[in-house]
Amino acid sequence: MSAPCSKEQLVDDRVASALRLLPDYLGQHVKLSAAALLLGLAVSAPLVVLARRSPRVRWPVLTLVSVVQTVPSLALLALFYPLLLALSSLSEELFGYSFAALGFLPSLLALALYSMLPIVRNGVTGLLSIDPAVMEAARGVGMTPRQSLFRVELPLAMPVIMAGLRTSAVWVIGTATLSTPVGQTSLGNYIFSGLQIQDWVSVLFGCFSAVALAIIADQLLALIENGVARRRPLRVWLGLALLVAGVAAAIVPSMRGTQAKYVIGAKSFSEQYILAQLLADRIERAGSSATQRIGLGSVIAFKALANNEIDAYVDYSGTVWANVLNRRDSLPRAQMLEEMTRVLKQEYGVTLLGALGFENAYALAMRADEARSMNVHSIADLAPHVRELKLGADFEFLARPEWAALRDSYGLAFKEERQYQSTFMYRAVASGEVDVISAFSSEGRIAAYDLVVLKDDKQVILPYDAVVLLAPRRAEDATLRRALTPLIGAVPIEQMREANQMVDRDEDKRSPAQAARWLAEKAGLN
Amino acid sequence: MSQPIIAIERASKSYRNGQHFALSELSLEIEPATFVAVVGGSGSGKTTLLKVINRLAELDTGTVRVYGTPVNERPGHELRRNVGYVFQGIGLFPHLSVAENIGITPRLLGWDAASITARVTELIDLVALPRSVLQRMPSELSGGQQQRIGVARALAAKPAILLMDEPFGALDPITRDALGTEVRSLHDSMGLTTVMVTHDVMEAVLLADRIVVMRAGRIVADGTPHSLLSGHPDEEVRAMMEMPRRQAERVRTVLERTTRG
Repeated sequence: MSAPCSKEQLVDDRVASALRLLPDYLGQHVKLSAAALLLGLAVSAPLVVLARRSPRVRWPVLTLVSVVQTVPSLALLALFYPLLLALSSLSEELFGYSFAALGFLPSLLALALYSMLPIVRNGVTGLLSIDPAVMEAARGVGMTPRQSLFRVELPLAMPVIMAGLRTSAVWVIGTATLSTPVGQTSLGNYIFSGLQIQDWVSVLFGCFSAVALAIIADQLLALIENGVARRRPLRVWLGLALLVAGVAAAIVPSMRGTQAKYVIGAKSFSEQYILAQLLADRIERAGSSATQRIGLGSVIAFKALANNEIDAYVDYSGTVWANVLNRRDSLPRAQMLEEMTRVLKQEYGVTLLGALGFENAYALAMRADEARSMNVHSIADLAPHVRELKLGADFEFLARPEWAALRDSYGLAFKEERQYQSTFMYRAVASGEVDVISAFSSEGRIAAYDLVVLKDDKQVILPYDAVVLLAPRRAEDATLRRALTPLIGAVPIEQMREANQMVDRDEDKRSPAQAARWLAEKAGLN
Repeated sequence: MSQPIIAIERASKSYRNGQHFALSELSLEIEPATFVAVVGGSGSGKTTLLKVINRLAELDTGTVRVYGTPVNERPGHELRRNVGYVFQGIGLFPHLSVAENIGITPRLLGWDAASITARVTELIDLVALPRSVLQRMPSELSGGQQQRIGVARALAAKPAILLMDEPFGALDPITRDALGTEVRSLHDSMGLTTVMVTHDVMEAVLLADRIVVMRAGRIVADGTPHSLLSGHPDEEVRAMMEMPRRQAERVRTVLERTTRG
């Protein structure tokens, strides 16, 4: 792995690994988009018919679908998760039946809602713009209202309706890429993970596949539209047949993929992608199969695990302690892990398998040469100097309890505090623009920029040990335990940093899968 | 006198919440095989009179009987399948071929395909169009051809009654004259009862057996063209009926002047 590779080889390698994921991502994307469009169409059709007949219905319907459209699509997707979660637990209480609130269902509902505006608006416009003389003739020759609708109004409005459907299809296929953070695999997986690890090959691959898919769907619908308008039934049937065949061809191979036995989750940053791959690789080595749900929101990941929607993922002890268990107190590391293991089991049925061996905590870091010259090893050593020093922080740090605790315990009052996007924060400390930064202890750039992490002697910051969590239904799963137990204590911080750096750096970039293989090799697990 | 095929009794219909009466206590009986022209200014209620016969418009009060039965005793669409209607705006279905347009009412009535095709061919001959237009779309035809199809469509299901709302209004004078004459001969050969709304007194005089003059939702004159041309107590009716003759007079004057000049 450390052998130098040419740039072309690396790009080829990244394209190849993107292609391997394509059947699964594309299949899921097509399944989601097709289902959302069909559902949107099914809900829109009666609304259109009602809105055409009565102006009193028309206004609220059109306003409602327009308002839905103005909700940012990512927010719409995100809102459906807690909503469905609440409904699911309500239905479990009332009927003893719960359903999956993560992944397909929230994405389907949000996208179906989103698809409705062009369908409804074009449907109503199309029906209302029919020549009144023709409508009167339909009555005059003896058609019932229903016959008039199906034999005259709908065929005449069809070009406008089809145009709406085409717009809607393009929107839905594009917006479906945003369903990744709510746990639905889609072509967005390429984009979200690519953005996170700055792998532009992956981002472009995701964009191009989604665009190509949208163009194909649009053109097939155009063929149908053309066939309807010019009364060429052959074109309509050909378009429909190709559409159905295309959807089937995309979905069928991914069905095989979804039969994987285990689902591994990951939040949306490089380290999580690497670790999810590491876990999945271990399961496959144990002779089973695993898929990944990557790019989950931080809180969503735990809820999904507790609901058995994913089987395992890596979280951090401090995050679980503060955000899931809502604890404000601090315990020594060993005691905290013990307490957390007990409470997670008791309250959520979640198993804490063990710690991987490294921490990913908020920490203060500075340039190694500066630390040496000031003879600073710990935050306590730093405290007397801070009046002359500048602090660089990410957008979140200064508002977090960790910072308040550090500031109060050590009496830290920097000369100046500046906020940066994390990439620029590292550049700022490297160039001497600031002296101390808020870093993540497992961050690869700590090694890359030759920084040192200052010891927190008073243990003010919670331990953020990376821990493997198992879903309630997998508590006694022998295969999973056999596959994952060797990882416990097998990932030291230096190796995690280096693995992160491989994925994050701009030159000689590696994929998370390659970094995961490297980690496994270092741990003697290959 | 035989039983009336259309009988309207004290019919009233108002629009805009009673602000405007389109029909006001109007009564009218029409004998079978009569060609009736309804004339009157715009807003006189003549189109409404036509529409209450096949329930394209509903009455407020009063009754309309068609073929002896009150029209509101059965569904409107069934009634309309048995009453031919030619629209002012023609209203051919733009997405259907000429043949499909003509055959629409028989199809709604559930005729078999062979009978529909036979009837459609028969009608295209009757309205004097080449059979080749049957497969064309309405938009490919001229206005006069389109209205011929409109007439054929109205007659497709062999109704005994034909209602026409200013059927030739949008056509050029020559086509209009020819089509009018053809409709009158179809009326005679098929034994139809025809009610035609028109604002053209000349057309009414030349085609109809009976002329009904309307004003403000009422009938102000009712008689044969001959009797109305011979004079009427109502001044407006008299002025209206004198129109064709006065125009003919002026044409003659113009002609004489030209020959002298």
